Amino acid sequence: MRLRSGVFASCCLLVQALGVGLFLRGFFPLPVRSLPRNGAAAEPPPEPPPPGLSSNWTKGPSPLFKKAVIVLIDALRDDFVFGSKGKQFMPYTTQLVERGTSHSFVAEAKPPTVTMPRIKALTTGSIPGFIDVIMNLNSPALLEDNLIWQAKTAGKRIIFYGDDTWVRLFPKHFVEYDGTTSFFVSDYTEVDNNVTRHLDKVLKREDWDLLILHYLGLDHIGHLSGPNSPLIGPKLSEMDGILKKIHTTLLSKEGEVASPCLLVVCGDHGMSETGSHGGSSEGEVHTPLLFISSAFDRRNGLQKPTELVQQTDLAVTLAIGLGLPISRNSVGKLLLPVVQHNTMREKLRYLHMNGFQLSRLLQENMPAYEKDPGFEQFKVAEKSHGSWMKLYLEGNTSEVLLNFGKKVLKQYLEALKTLSSSLSQQVAQYDLYSMVVGTVIVLEVLLLFLISISKALSARAEFEVPLSPPLCSLLFYLLCLTLCAIHVVVCTSTGSLSYFCSISWLSAVGVIMLVSGLLCVLLSALEKRFLNPKLLVKNPAASTSSWSELDVLILAGTIGHVTSLGASSFIEEEHQTWYFLINTLCLALCQDICRHYFLAKEHDLQLPSTAQMSPAEVRGTSSHPMKDVELLQDDLKKTRFPLSESAGGSEKWMALATPWVILICCRLLRSLNQTGVQWAHRPDFGHWLTSSEHKAELSLLASVSLVLIFILVQRKCSLVSKIAMALGLLGVYSYRAAIGNVVFPWQQDSKDISKGITEARFVYVFVLGIVFTGTKDLLKSQVLSTDSKVKFIGLWEIYSGLVLLAALLLRPHNLPVLVFCLLIQAMMTKFVWKPLEFDAAQVTIMHYWFGQAFFFFQGNSNGIASVDIAAGFVGFDHYVEIPAVLLTGFATYSGPLLWALHLLCYLSSDVNRNPAAMGHGCFCYALLHSIPVAAYIILVTGLRYHLFIWSVFSPKLLYEGVHVFISTAVCMFFTAMDQNHSRKGPV
Amino acid sequence: MRHTEIKRLLSVNVVCIASIILTTLVPSLFLENFSVLGTHLIWLCICSASVGTGNVILYLIFKPNPSMRRNSIAHKVAKFIRCCVYFFVSCILFHGIIVLYGAPLIESILETFLFAVLLSTFTTLHCLCVLGPNFQAWLRVFSKNGAMSIWDNNLQITTMCSVVGAWLGAFPIPLDWDRPWQVWPISCSLGATFGYVAGLLIAPLWIYWNRKQLTYKSR
Ligand SMILES: [Zn+2]
Ligand SMILES: [Zn+2]
Repeated sequence: MRLRSGVFASCCLLVQALGVGLFLRGFFPLPVRSLPRNGAAAEPPPEPPPPGLSSNWTKGPSPLFKKAVIVLIDALRDDFVFGSKGKQFMPYTTQLVERGTSHSFVAEAKPPTVTMPRIKALTTGSIPGFIDVIMNLNSPALLEDNLIWQAKTAGKRIIFYGDDTWVRLFPKHFVEYDGTTSFFVSDYTEVDNNVTRHLDKVLKREDWDLLILHYLGLDHIGHLSGPNSPLIGPKLSEMDGILKKIHTTLLSKEGEVASPCLLVVCGDHGMSETGSHGGSSEGEVHTPLLFISSAFDRRNGLQKPTELVQQTDLAVTLAIGLGLPISRNSVGKLLLPVVQHNTMREKLRYLHMNGFQLSRLLQENMPAYEKDPGFEQFKVAEKSHGSWMKLYLEGNTSEVLLNFGKKVLKQYLEALKTLSSSLSQQVAQYDLYSMVVGTVIVLEVLLLFLISISKALSARAEFEVPLSPPLCSLLFYLLCLTLCAIHVVVCTSTGSLSYFCSISWLSAVGVIMLVSGLLCVLLSALEKRFLNPKLLVKNPAASTSSWSELDVLILAGTIGHVTSLGASSFIEEEHQTWYFLINTLCLALCQDICRHYFLAKEHDLQLPSTAQMSPAEVRGTSSHPMKDVELLQDDLKKTRFPLSESAGGSEKWMALATPWVILICCRLLRSLNQTGVQWAHRPDFGHWLTSSEHKAELSLLASVSLVLIFILVQRKCSLVSKIAMALGLLGVYSYRAAIGNVVFPWQQDSKDISKGITEARFVYVFVLGIVFTGTKDLLKSQVLSTDSKVKFIGLWEIYSGLVLLAALLLRPHNLPVLVFCLLIQAMMTKFVWKPLEFDAAQVTIMHYWFGQAFFFFQGNSNGIASVDIAAGFVGFDHYVEIPAVLLTGFATYSGPLLWALHLLCYLSSDVNRNPAAMGHGCFCYALLHSIPVAAYIILVTGLRYHLFIWSVFSPKLLYEGVHVFISTAVCMFFTAMDQNHSRKGPV
Repeated sequence: MRHTEIKRLLSVNVVCIASIILTTLVPSLFLENFSVLGTHLIWLCICSASVGTGNVILYLIFKPNPSMRRNSIAHKVAKFIRCCVYFFVSCILFHGIIVLYGAPLIESILETFLFAVLLSTFTTLHCLCVLGPNFQAWLRVFSKNGAMSIWDNNLQITTMCSVVGAWLGAFPIPLDWDRPWQVWPISCSLGATFGYVAGLLIAPLWIYWNRKQLTYKSR
């Protein structure tokens, strides 16, 4: 079957996206799960019966605390309480920790240290998988068994004030709530006052059992100015005052009621040295956990080092403290000091309940659970517990009973520890089978790409896919049968919980046929390529001697970037790689331009003997090496050469200046957003602009940028779109003014901050209008087959519509990124790519590099924390899933996307010069995306037990995966455009 | 003739390499606490100075491209001044390029500038010695098939190698190994130096291997 390069590339990329999807599904394991919470009645297990007797305590234990107050301070790091900052700013809490009736721990949060997974861990006691991070965008109600649900079913009245993530996670769970949104990070006083204002009233009341307060201010300060900011101190003092108020009120009430109250103070995660969170640095994972109650023994100054426990231990401890069943999916273990004042019988009962729950979870998640050391230990402890019960019920009260009890306690604790850790490790179980299938697909596609390079980039831009012979061959059927057999064996073998096994057998067979079909096609293509002597002769034509510096650089850059992905620091600092590469690219272009404009003349004038080294020839040899340089194109170039020579001197100087202007632009952009990890704390313009005292500067910058965007975009638009664009950009500014990022010069009071829904929707209307006009033009060009001018205008209008959308969604200080993007594109097109006649492959690679650099210029990084979720809420009152995901995706990838679309515009205007340009561009674009993702998938599989797998490699894998999906969509669009042209054109 | 010329080139290059090696060893006899990593700035100064003077002296002795035009004193002085200006401009240019590559603009400006001086010494000064302050000649040498003598080839190779060395030297900086040589600009200047030394070694060998293919056009 004969396919054009573009079609071939899109098909390949589509298959590859499928492979990547399968791999991702296998790589990100689902969290350890038990049955749904409604599945079985949550009756607590009875005490282990002593041999021959029956226990007289079969009902669940009664609550230890009458009321509980949970104060969750977002991003509270352990040293904010236990360190010098705590001593200085939280005197009351420090005094409670050191001498009061309290138990203090350092709770370790598992990465990803993002609020929602942490709340889930705190309330369910389970460890949310990495996949929950993506769900952070979309927090639906928590369906897992959890503490809040248990409390509600037990008839407890829960009141909640604070971050509205809770309200979304637990809808209808609270008798009273007030959610504050963490929408405006720059606000760190209002969010907390909105919580505290309810406190006086609610503390006086008696009609609640559980009060949860979630304070966001500290986290916002962290994001704004880091953990050493002067704002931290006052915030901690404020929190200390609140704790003091709650504690004293609770104490004063305790006189009236019988059982004591419990005050829990904790943090969901800490903050890194730069003030962000999401990763696994010491500061991010260590949070304080304080239990304060008059039931505890007063500490007498003896400061033992605070014990390190897991964040998941809170759920089970609270459940036991409140007399609730333990959540089914909890992997936590009871914090024994909290129940220290209870009798030995009670303590053993609690531990047994905890162990019973853990071992049941183990049974449900591990087929060979009986061999697990934790399970065995638990059985032993349970048995000795029975013997202890026997002694106890016989009325033995001697020292023997106490010592025996202590021994059982120790056994239980050991068992719990082993059970808990083996359950926690379950989360890191990879679904290797799906991963392997995904990897095989991705690799086969990559190899197919690599084999087809020379053909697909030839003048005809066609690739002969040897489809029918291999598909009818015996090999194909044998492979299919073998793979099916392997599939059956793998899936029926015990203990495999592979995703690929769980899909329907029809689709599984489909994938298997795809895999074997690809392999056969690959083999026959290889055979054709290397066993055909006629083709082999042509091969040396692309010898290395004819490579220009630019080609060497492009190849070295691609290889260098791919190899750099193996080191975690290079992934964290990937932006440095791209900045470095585009800088070098600019210098190489500068050299090319110099050669083009100076040496041509020098040679002609001074060295007549080397006259054949005319620039046309230089370019002819330097054009993409793997491409068969067709004669036609060379002729074209030679005839055009005198034209370019006669172009005025100003163009020459502009061309010479272009690389330098671009270099300066890139340098400015790089100091706009300091991303990465190592140097993220360095001051940058972005932070300076977003701080509240520089609002005027930000407003000026935003308005100038918007004007520049208009000037740069409108050049090639039709009149209607020009007007729409202008109005849309005005709308962008008024949106920013409405949500309080920028000020109108004539409007001084910026108090009334709204969500700017009207303004944002106003802009959306224009975006849709412009894109619609563009689509109309495209359709017109297709149906009426007018000249490519109409098509170009259509494409450009779609492009400008997306520029407008990006202007709306990007953070206001990132508007210059958009301006520079447009400026660089315009300059490159006008002065470099067109006059120097770079071929489509080179231009595509340059577009790809710039796109990657702009991904980082706009402040993105390879960490999850830098995703701007706020973009998904622009113009919406509340969370709506599909638009939110699309908008966030577009805002995050706007750099690469805009460059890809510009490439499309450029190539469609270039199509008169080189009819195959579109196909070449599409093929190169697909190839460039396919190489890193294939290499990275293999790397990540090899590094899956690396220390940084969750904090560094997995987020990058997600970014890479999403990028492949997006580029597949772009590639399809490309092909659709190419289709139009070729249907119309004579070629 | 060809062989004697290659030998002369080799001897010049060996002297240059020796001067670089000496700069790392000799100053420690006179200066306390001297080490290439510890007192990097001093080493940068010493290295650029010694390589610079070494180059100038060597090329004054060997005169690879004897100028056949008038040699009046005034002309020589003018040429010398132009050389100085070229050198200074190239330092500034290199500094600018390094800043564009992401070096901090204000802090550690001295380090950046000294690194630029070192790079200029390895590249521009070498060009000035061989070709003189003649911009057209530079353009010719650095274009494809523009070399007219083995000295030109030598110049091409050493310049390329130093720049590529400095370029490669930037790669270890983002790694989180916390080694002393990862501090700006040590890895880059070491990379440039190694590149330069490698270029000095490679050039005679390359010319020797390709002596059959190398046909120089006479002026
Ligand atoms: Zn948080
Ligand atoms: Zn946060």
